[in-house]
Amino acid sequence: MESAASVKTGWRRGLIELRQSFTNGPELFSHFLWPVLMLAALFFLRHRDFGSTGLLLGALALPSILGMNAAMGMVSMSQQLTADREDGTLLRAKAMPNGMVSYLIGKVVSVAGGLLADLAILLIPGLFLVEGLALGSAHWFTLVWVLLLGLVATLPIGAILGSVFTTARSQGLIQLPMLALIAVSGIFYPITALPGWLEWIGQLTPVYWMGLGMRSALLPGEAVVVEVGESWRHLETAAVLGVWAVAGLLLAPVVLRRMARRESGSKVAERRERALQRVA
Amino acid sequence: MVLTVDGLRMRYGDREVLHDVTFDARPGEVLALLGPNGAGKSTTIEILEGFRLRSAGHVEVLGVDPAAGDERWRSRIGIVLQSWRDHGNWRVGELLHHLGSYYTPYRRAWPAGELLDAVGLTPCAGQKIKTLSGGQRRRLDVAIGIVGRPDVLFLDEPTTGFDPEARSEFHELVRGLAAEQGTTILLTTHDLDEASKLAHRILVLAAGRIIAAGSTAQLTELIAGEDEVRWSVDGQPFRKATADSTAFVRELFATYGDAVRELEVRRASLEDTYLTLVRDQVSEREPA
Repeated sequence: MESAASVKTGWRRGLIELRQSFTNGPELFSHFLWPVLMLAALFFLRHRDFGSTGLLLGALALPSILGMNAAMGMVSMSQQLTADREDGTLLRAKAMPNGMVSYLIGKVVSVAGGLLADLAILLIPGLFLVEGLALGSAHWFTLVWVLLLGLVATLPIGAILGSVFTTARSQGLIQLPMLALIAVSGIFYPITALPGWLEWIGQLTPVYWMGLGMRSALLPGEAVVVEVGESWRHLETAAVLGVWAVAGLLLAPVVLRRMARRESGSKVAERRERALQRVA
Repeated sequence: MVLTVDGLRMRYGDREVLHDVTFDARPGEVLALLGPNGAGKSTTIEILEGFRLRSAGHVEVLGVDPAAGDERWRSRIGIVLQSWRDHGNWRVGELLHHLGSYYTPYRRAWPAGELLDAVGLTPCAGQKIKTLSGGQRRRLDVAIGIVGRPDVLFLDEPTTGFDPEARSEFHELVRGLAAEQGTTILLTTHDLDEASKLAHRILVLAAGRIIAAGSTAQLTELIAGEDEVRWSVDGQPFRKATADSTAFVRELFATYGDAVRELEVRRASLEDTYLTLVRDQVSEREPA
């Protein structure tokens, strides 16, 4: 009964936060800014060929960007956890019965929900703008499983990062490695163009596999020639994302519990002091 | 006993913050933990809230060690936190209603509408929390703390940053809670005036020790020093410190009659004694 109740309160909390993020100016702006910029870029790339492959650059880029954006859910998860810890939201949750569990469920619902909305904002107009995509029911099935498995693989990592970094400022530090990760993950140009060791690193990240999965879902079969081994490697995609998911789900509760145990009123007061000093 | 604290110690590294703190609280009692900044008030209350692990000693809140309290125990505890900017996009009534629903498996929460009425926030029910004034936010903090109709309520420095009007409204609210709901309340403050207005019993905490405890009247008797009597006879001033100034003055008139001039009796103030006491304690403990 208790866990059913926390799922219910958590779910409701997530929906309320999700609704809030689409009803206030600044957040609404951020929901649309990146998708619109990327759509503009795709619009100008839509007729350009990719080398001598006969593929269109826009068609290659749209699914890759989709995969990358989905993977970046871990960044928003991490940032929101840190922000909620800094401003006392988390402590408030801790003071309520089943508050931490409800909070976490709510966070997953609102981050995942916001992410899916963002992906739709990019994908739906993208389908009309970009030529050379292939769509069919088998493709949609691939899109859904890669996306869901990808979220299960990346959101716990986000929660771990959010627990480890304590201030909004230190959150900024993870942006740079994240950009580096994207650069080696074959999003903006094929991973096969990278030196061998970088290609290896890229293939350890969930970002690469989510991009690959999205390309396999949205591109025609002949596009596979630009991929490693000229294969969509669905088994490997499921395996790598699955390993990340299991590792994240095992580690996240431990790290989160440790972080939550340390929260107290004076911890929040300390951070408030520090933040106010920064402003002054 | 709702609260039992026996031989509580807290150490951070080799710095001892609490030495052997012992007290308890009966159901419906309002207890104030009074002391200067750094006395260990917040540490004590956070240990009782289950937010901090103690180094040693025996602590029970509602018969349960806070370090091992489960969610059912948690549902009987209310904590008034100092909000800053959390839940800024939530609407006042919406947050209160949502947080009330966390108590559903355990007890009937206070309906949001009624509670808003009780803390005087009904006109703000539909407002976003980030648009509230400081005083309104603190009232919301109290409402959140009591939405589950707690058996014990913890308030850490509840009136910091209040103007006098907001402070007296807040005192009214807390007194009502204890009287009408039978809630046991533990609050911390560095303001003696606030402690004596609110609490049935005051625990004076300085440098990690309880140096005095009792009602305002008991404390005055216990720690207030002697009254001061000044007078003059034939232009010569005199001064005497005495525990019973009334008897002394009667004696004075019996002896000197009309010759007693410029009589002045200054009652020992609890405030002065408290400050002296705290200052002595702190300077005694600090390494020179």
